[in-house]
Amino acid sequence: MPNIAELKEVALSLRRDIIKMTCAAGSGHPGGSLSVADILVVLFFREMRINPDMPGAPDRDRFVLSKGHAAPALYAVLAARGFFRRKLLDTLRTLGSPLQGHPDMRKLPGVEISTGSLGQGLSVANGMALAARLSKSRTRVYTVLGDGEMQEGQVWEAAMTAAHYRLDNLTAFVDNNGLQIDGTTDQVMGVEPIGDKWRSFGWHVLEVDGHDLEAIAGALDEAREVRGKPVMIVAHTVKGKGVCFMEGQADWHGSAPSPQERDEALKELEGKKEGQ
Amino acid sequence: MTDTVQAQATRDAYGQALVELGGKNKKIVVLDADLSKSTKTVKFAQKFPERFFNMGVAEADMMGTAAGFAASGYIPFASTFAVFATGRAYDQIRNSIAYPALRVRIAATHAGLTVGEDGASHQALEDIALMRVLPNMEVVVPADGRETVKVMAAALKTVRGPLYIRLGRPKVPMVTAEDTPFELGRGEILRDGSDVTIIACGIMVAQALEAADLLVKRGVRARVVNMASIKPLDEDLVVTCARDTGALVTAEEHSIIGGLGGAVAECLAGRYPVPVLRVGVKDTFGESGPPGQLLQKYGLSPRDLADAVGQALALKEKFK
Repeated sequence: MPNIAELKEVALSLRRDIIKMTCAAGSGHPGGSLSVADILVVLFFREMRINPDMPGAPDRDRFVLSKGHAAPALYAVLAARGFFRRKLLDTLRTLGSPLQGHPDMRKLPGVEISTGSLGQGLSVANGMALAARLSKSRTRVYTVLGDGEMQEGQVWEAAMTAAHYRLDNLTAFVDNNGLQIDGTTDQVMGVEPIGDKWRSFGWHVLEVDGHDLEAIAGALDEAREVRGKPVMIVAHTVKGKGVCFMEGQADWHGSAPSPQERDEALKELEGKKEGQ
Repeated sequence: MTDTVQAQATRDAYGQALVELGGKNKKIVVLDADLSKSTKTVKFAQKFPERFFNMGVAEADMMGTAAGFAASGYIPFASTFAVFATGRAYDQIRNSIAYPALRVRIAATHAGLTVGEDGASHQALEDIALMRVLPNMEVVVPADGRETVKVMAAALKTVRGPLYIRLGRPKVPMVTAEDTPFELGRGEILRDGSDVTIIACGIMVAQALEAADLLVKRGVRARVVNMASIKPLDEDLVVTCARDTGALVTAEEHSIIGGLGGAVAECLAGRYPVPVLRVGVKDTFGESGPPGQLLQKYGLSPRDLADAVGQALALKEKFK
């Protein structure tokens, strides 16, 4: 298992990939991809039992990217983990590419369910967790929701279901970066208090700094020990994390960096690498 | 041919078939949204409680959960009333089931006007259209209890992708034979005739057979086709009927827009244009009332079918 320093390197390289991919594509969602990158690195490189050579292994752990617009981050982590050739990352959003604008399970190995329409991933994750229990499989199911995504009513239907069926083989994250397309979540449609909401729905709630790899890993360790309840890890994150001119800016939700901005961002992301 | 002695609601046949198939196939799971006594999944729930999941009044979540089961190798049957299954959870069906082509069986009951007294809010008249337009989704409307059982067998054996099964509330006479197989994409000629063809689905198959009897008295020999498989449609059979009889009438307990009539008209417009009269609900909502009276009021009686045949024959003559 890679140590934290190694995971940090992977996270930086993921961020560079996200910048390069969205710039090459000329569209995409860099902000929320950068905010979720550290969570994905810990999940895919430390937590989940997955094998890129056997992406369909029956007892594998499953990941559902409910906030499907963070596809660049998912693609980058799958490539880094060896699910497909890194070269494919250059094809994001181009005609005929398996790297669709939002994840397509029929086109790309490692994608467990097609997502993109917000609010649906937790329900699917619940189904996977129920199926794993019924099969007496040790499969654990992980999912990441956006904070703006919690405005979708289906999320709360699914929140009830997971608690009702005591899905302790399910761990969800909220990538709580505080921003959505039209502005801050506070302005657009308040979602706080997030932790209290999930607690009152019967979940075991943990809160972490979503960019502290050690803290994320620790929360996942704790989640594995919880019995009789699903676990929600509220990850406090920064949209655009790692690229100073993108950080905390709602406008970087759904627009791609220009080649100039890409170079600037990459310089910063390289710099951090050298600085360690 | 018509066995009027026996009658059974297709939802009852569904409930029984689920129990039977559930005993043989351990991959079957059933989800319901607080309507299990009405959809008849309650029988499965009693027999196999560990494989039954009541999702509460939350259709969107139910469809997503079903997708998760299917993605994990199970064969989920998700049941509720047709109006909620298709309308309430449309985006979930589209994006979490049809787009990834997951093997979810949406078995929706209480379709059409014959919901009766509950009224328009509960009468799905657009569900076939909504499901038919989705890529990967296949759509079946069994005509009676027997056919429902055969559809259920096909749902397990042959159909690999998502499937919508439209079921009804009231008892309907047995119009299909025990020994004729159900095959997706195949229609069946129940009664032959050379003047006109009535292509029907669901409860309207029995109505079409009655209409054919009425037409005999008017000197018209009508062919009656049971088109349970609306998607894929048996296009070759539709074209054959157009060629053999020169005029068609479609019959469905559904809007005349986008359902069986739409599918038949689309097919013939491109392959063998002949007059097609569509009998169904004419772009309006239903209302409360006894099922039989509703069918009368909204133009779905055997007499209405016979009248439509008259119009179709007049058009056929005109375009000769």
